[in-house]
Amino acid sequence: MSTGDIVLEVENLSVTFATESGPLQAVRDVSFTLRAGETLALVGESGSGKSVTSLAIMRLTPPAPLVTLAGSVLFTGADGERRDLLALDLDGMRAVRGNEISMIFQEPMTSLNPVHRIGDQIAEAITFHERVSNRVALARAAELLDKVGIPDARRRLSAYPHHLSGGMRQRVMIAMALACNPRVLIADEPTTALDVTVQAQILELMKELQQATGMAVIFVTHNLGVVAEVADRVMVMYAGAIVEKGGVVPVMTRPLMPYTQGLLHSVPRLDPESLGRDTLEAIPGSVPDPLSLPPGCSFAPRCRHVRPACEAAVPALEAADDDHDVRCRRWRKLAEAGA
Amino acid sequence: MSDQMAPAATAPEIPLVEVRELRQWFPVGGGLLRKHDMLRAVDDVSFTIAKGEVLGLVGESGSGKSTLGRAILRMTQPTGGQILFDGRDLTKLGRRALRPLRPRMQFIFQDPFASLNPRMTVRQIVGAPLVIQRPELNAAARDARIAEVLGTVGLSMQYAGRYPHEFSGGQRQRIGIARALILEPGFLVADEPVSALDVSIQAQIVNLLIEVRRKLGVAMLFISHDLAVVGHLCDRVAVMYLGRIVEIAPTRALFRQPRHPYTEALFSAVPVPDPTVRRDRIILRGDVPSPLKPPSGCAFRGRCRYALPECAAAIPLLRQVEGGHWKRCIRDDLVLGRPGKRGAVEEM
Repeated sequence: MSTGDIVLEVENLSVTFATESGPLQAVRDVSFTLRAGETLALVGESGSGKSVTSLAIMRLTPPAPLVTLAGSVLFTGADGERRDLLALDLDGMRAVRGNEISMIFQEPMTSLNPVHRIGDQIAEAITFHERVSNRVALARAAELLDKVGIPDARRRLSAYPHHLSGGMRQRVMIAMALACNPRVLIADEPTTALDVTVQAQILELMKELQQATGMAVIFVTHNLGVVAEVADRVMVMYAGAIVEKGGVVPVMTRPLMPYTQGLLHSVPRLDPESLGRDTLEAIPGSVPDPLSLPPGCSFAPRCRHVRPACEAAVPALEAADDDHDVRCRRWRKLAEAGA
Repeated sequence: MSDQMAPAATAPEIPLVEVRELRQWFPVGGGLLRKHDMLRAVDDVSFTIAKGEVLGLVGESGSGKSTLGRAILRMTQPTGGQILFDGRDLTKLGRRALRPLRPRMQFIFQDPFASLNPRMTVRQIVGAPLVIQRPELNAAARDARIAEVLGTVGLSMQYAGRYPHEFSGGQRQRIGIARALILEPGFLVADEPVSALDVSIQAQIVNLLIEVRRKLGVAMLFISHDLAVVGHLCDRVAVMYLGRIVEIAPTRALFRQPRHPYTEALFSAVPVPDPTVRRDRIILRGDVPSPLKPPSGCAFRGRCRYALPECAAAIPLLRQVEGGHWKRCIRDDLVLGRPGKRGAVEEM
């Protein structure tokens, strides 16, 4: 897929929650860029900080002093102007959110308002950002519903969310997110609650819409199959930090970080040859407590290649190749041994 | 009601569980003067599970797979049909008569957060079945058994005094499995036991279940929407669509050569974690039809790319097409795509 100009530059983003047991750093020093037309997959397990990262970009984390954001999120709007979203005031952010950057969530059930007709909910997103009449907004809502593949769109405007299936609700969410032609769409596990056949429909729809609009997509997911399907680039997070990042093919076919390798190996495969009652290669243990992270590499306690040096200091994110970064002290050794 | 002559896919040995033409219908809507509709959540389902065998049950939400799992353990009163457990028909037994059979069949739940009482310690949760079923055991004997079963699931007795919130999702699922195993059941129904877990943890629990069946020889109905997990764990697989089994076969046979168009589409929809493979995906249009108003004939025909006018005529029979491989589809001229391969139609 051809990619264009940089629309989003996240630099040294950190998100810290104030908890009773002290500050909890949910996201640590995350930097990445996103280009127009590109899909960046944000992969990780629960507690990896992938959702918090996307919420922080949208400035949807709870306000300070509960949550402190550090770093910068530089967004280039349709007007060509570059702004730091973390420095915008609430009104400035509201003008961007849902307009130039929008978001869809995992649960289409709970993200739609159950007591409003879906047409009105989509139209509201339009009238909030543009000075158009309600009638015009509703007509646009019908067009959007049609675009996301909802049959009989005009009549469906007056449907309530509970009239629709899970897949149809997610289509409505996408229609709403696209209402103002965003430059960036953040999709947080948009297909996780859906059946595989419906997931396939939604992924196809998102691909089509992206090709038509040229928007950039940040796709947050834990499903590596979905990553392989949608992503141009991948960013793997573990315990709040990026541990590997790069193009989807190098990261998924030649992963350098033991955690990424472990994740890929622990997924059971579908092809008949790999069936059988052999055990899966699970990663032992579980993610560390974010309040007491290990002093060195946060994956060290679960890593089978661990050396004492790994536990001494947090390794840096190194460039292993063009567009392939890895946070592992031993990646060179391991790559040689594996090759 | 029956549209099949023999129980589907008979296992080689004498079955531990034999389900015959099971129906679980629920009345929906209706009122004082209005007749209610019947939701046929499970309709005319037959299969067997041998001792020590693991049967996978796959299907999408609303296919009736969970309802079936609950009905088999008599958590509900089936509308019709028989459930023979070791030769005894569970549908004929009341609460009291079922009680002595309960220890032999247990349930593992999907959500390790909702299925453990937050006010009970691990010792109380795991030991509860013993308190009910084996009241003659004293506390020391109970503790010994709790320690043993916790060991089986990879936890130690030092956790016995802790509460569920002190554990991660994977550890909680281990506690749930320990509770299911403590009475040494011969049969487990596991309803999506790994769906709520992270990928790396999911593999741990799948491995644990593989080990449990190896060590204890327990038979299992493994309900899941994840075909890859089912393929890894199960001896045979049944595919459900709208309350009925549409295909049932030994795992390898099903994965090598699916015979029902729905199974093909299901396989095709699973994203494969390899970015270098670009497949021609079969995208099913629309949603699963409402079980309140199922289409005439084959329930899948509205979404099936191979549907013929004849498909609307009658509900297809579940027919054996090969040893142990049964399908509910009238078309025998199809060569369907297997996972990872492209689908192709060969007209004969």
